[in-house]
Amino acid sequence: MRAFTYERAESPAAAAAAVARNPEARFIAGGTNLLDLMKLEIEAPRHLVDVNRLGLDRIEETPEGGLRIGALVRNTDLAADPRVRRDYAVLSRALVAGASGQLRNKATTAGNLLQRTRCPYFYDPAMPCNKRRPGSGCGAIGGFSRNLGILGTSEHCIATHPSDMAVAMRALDAVVETIDAEGAARRIPIADFHTLPGDTPEIETVLRHGEFITAVTLPPPAGGIHLYRKVRDRASYAFASVSVAAVVHPGQGASGGGIASARLAFGGVAHKPWRVAEAEDRLADGGDAEAAAEAVLRGARPTGQNAYKLPLLRRTLAGVLAQARQGRGEDR
Amino acid sequence: MIDDAHAAPRRQAPGSAMTSEASMAAGSAAAPRLDLRLTVNGKERSLRLDPRVTLLDALREHLRLTGSKKGCDHGQCGACTVLVNGRRINACLTLAVMHEGDSVTTIEGLGTPEALHPMQAAFVRHDGFQCGYCTPGQICSSVAVLEEIRAGIPSHVTEDLERIEFGEAELRERMSGNICRCAAYPNIIEAIREVQEQGA
Ligand SMILES: Cc1cc2nc3c(=O)[nH]c(=O)nc-3n(C[C@H](O)[C@H](O)[C@H](O)COP(=O)(O)OP(=O)(O)OC[C@H]3O[C@@H](n4cnc5c(N)ncnc54)[C@H](O)[C@@H]3O)c2cc1C
Ligand code: SF4
Ligand code: FES
Ligand code: FES
Repeated sequence: MRAFTYERAESPAAAAAAVARNPEARFIAGGTNLLDLMKLEIEAPRHLVDVNRLGLDRIEETPEGGLRIGALVRNTDLAADPRVRRDYAVLSRALVAGASGQLRNKATTAGNLLQRTRCPYFYDPAMPCNKRRPGSGCGAIGGFSRNLGILGTSEHCIATHPSDMAVAMRALDAVVETIDAEGAARRIPIADFHTLPGDTPEIETVLRHGEFITAVTLPPPAGGIHLYRKVRDRASYAFASVSVAAVVHPGQGASGGGIASARLAFGGVAHKPWRVAEAEDRLADGGDAEAAAEAVLRGARPTGQNAYKLPLLRRTLAGVLAQARQGRGEDR
Repeated sequence: MIDDAHAAPRRQAPGSAMTSEASMAAGSAAAPRLDLRLTVNGKERSLRLDPRVTLLDALREHLRLTGSKKGCDHGQCGACTVLVNGRRINACLTLAVMHEGDSVTTIEGLGTPEALHPMQAAFVRHDGFQCGYCTPGQICSSVAVLEEIRAGIPSHVTEDLERIEFGEAELRERMSGNICRCAAYPNIIEAIREVQEQGA
């Protein structure tokens, strides 16, 4: 690990300023992703700003009737919060589908959103990777790509965003709140927060250097049936091959399809949680799971090794919708 | 955890992971050391450490508490599980300096050979190990798991988020962050179940 200096921030604005003034500085929250990468020198900051003791570990109700989740709320505490379990069950479900009990006790809301890809070439400093070393090429294209992306990929990078939590937040239309070194706040809808790889796969979000996440807000509860289904190589402690976060209102719908409305977000398939409005419209118009999946998968560019994700996504979606129609899942 | 997402860490044989000290010597000029106070197994300890030292290396290399083990050094095996302010974490993925003032319990603090913690006794009674390398992490983790169930924290297999059922499926899921190369899993689950039933 490369040497670094360490400071404990006194306030969110001071934390933002401390990172902004040093291009080689980083925030450290739970540390479960950053330290993992620092040990391999994939990340090599010269200065760490510890943001753990800023009082951002509370979940509060917003005036609109939603929830404001402090950036430092641990994944375990978010999943267990009685309001989240009751009104945003898809989020609880996604959180407990990720990592292990030990990791969730440490992992934070902001750190989870900003965790980096699990592409095996990104993790191997001996291999080319445009994300780790821009311009060095992409080892995964034409290589071992079984777990990589099928949607929104580019000829420079086909990595996926590994978070489960972010997929549920996408279905819930969460908003990321930040503050910069000057103390200016901004609110970023989660749909716009993560970026596609394009020809700059090293850029993963719209955050600027030193911009500090203070909270993630959830709009008032949407009701409906909440489901998160994660398909992976093992039953536990593995990243998603494909995951579906769904908030479904069963009903007659426009033409008796059994679904009045649905919000669907997908994990394991792209550089960001994937959501397609047309898929949701088709369901509301009486279309079946196959019609919805077709809209989700439009433009998919799988590799030979990960083409299995197309039928897997179709079937996972069909399973989730069947479950929702039967009224199983968390009924809110 | 054996996963294609972890190709790089596997190039180092498990157990051969360098201590942060060793890898530091090979690295760049060290930053100034920092003073740190911790309560470890009920005793106040003061340390002066390079900021790179993980909590695991602080315990093992500086405080000579070698009960907590280093399997992967990357959060993938659970051998380093300790309790910090009562919650289980992977000591390998956190910096010691981030824990100023915290209270840490390791396997050495749960019980002693003369007065075993009920979970330690149950692991012995049920043969919950073979080589024993993962065992300190398994025991710290399982003590915390029973607390987490009592506190109503849901897991991936919890059917009703509002009401957690006690049972083997819950224990297996909640213990999935602790890998046992000797596959002592059935006996580990037996040991935990016994303690759970005694406590219930
Ligand atoms: C073995 C293993 C298995 C895992 N399995 C899963 C899984 O199945 N599903 C899943 O979703 N995740 C999984 N994870 C990933 C885990 O969820 C992340 O490591 C964790 O959420 C990161 O949170 P953290 O607080 O520890 O982040 P850190 O490591 O502290 O930070 C991550 C990044 O976020 C930045 N950052 C942190 N806080 C802020 C802030 N407030 N503002 C701006 N920037 C900030 C840091 O500078 C850093 O760049 C796994 C991890 C491991 C090690
Ligand atoms: S897919 Fe992206 S992260 Fe993986 S090797 Fe290619 S550029 Fe790197
Ligand atoms: S040593 Fe393997 S999880 Fe920490
Ligand atoms: S007893 Fe040998 S690794 Fe678990």
